[in-house]
Amino acid sequence: MNIGTSKKEYDKMVKQASPNSRIGANCVRAFLVGGAICVFGQGLSSIFMAMGADKDMAGTLVAVALIFLAILVTGLGKYDDLVTFAGAGASVPITGFANAVAAPAIEFKKEGYIMGVGAKMFLIAGPVIVYGTLASMVVGLIYYFVR
Amino acid sequence: MQYIWAFLVGGAICVVGQILIDKTKLTSARILVFFVVAGVILGGLGLYHHLVEFAGAGATVPLPGFGNLLARGVKEEIDRAGAIGILTGGLKMAAAGIMAAVFFSFVAALIFEPKAK
Repeated sequence: MNIGTSKKEYDKMVKQASPNSRIGANCVRAFLVGGAICVFGQGLSSIFMAMGADKDMAGTLVAVALIFLAILVTGLGKYDDLVTFAGAGASVPITGFANAVAAPAIEFKKEGYIMGVGAKMFLIAGPVIVYGTLASMVVGLIYYFVR
Repeated sequence: MQYIWAFLVGGAICVVGQILIDKTKLTSARILVFFVVAGVILGGLGLYHHLVEFAGAGATVPLPGFGNLLARGVKEEIDRAGAIGILTGGLKMAAAGIMAAVFFSFVAALIFEPKAK
């Protein structure tokens, strides 16, 4: 067997073998990081409740605190690294939403504060808010008539 | 015990997202939209709060939790103020999260420079 074909065959074997194991490894990292962010949120919630917040207020404060931290990390240029490592583990928690607002806001600063920061901030957050609120209206319409 | 459930449930929701990314090549914007809308539907059906009850932040911190909040806001506002709640409830409940993201992002854009490519 010459080196050329064996290299080709090897690449083929790698291609066949790797997708599933790669997805497996991706899922493990997403699970660990996503879970860890939630545990951190749970810890913050306990602290806020110990300070006298009720359950709803604690939930709101946790969201605000996580959004603040995620945007700080985004500003320092490190949230991308976390997404590269953990994939959905970093993008699916509320911190990923915060990153999706802050990253284009900083990135498009050079296009000015109106059409750069102001507009690009909603590049990903826009669709999320549009379809989230539209869905909530549908829920509201149904709820109003069947409750 | 709540910490263990927060970890397991929060992690599991992220794994669903990871499988969607790897198997469907959906862009991250679509994934985020999917999760929020899924949360609104599950919240609308009154199912998501069961998950919140035992998993705490494991259910509220991932984006479906944000969707659930929208659905809850709409229902509470309809109960409180009637039909106008259909329009106001969702955003009212989401206001703190959206405003925090806008404010901190704006400040970040003032302070930080984009990474050099």
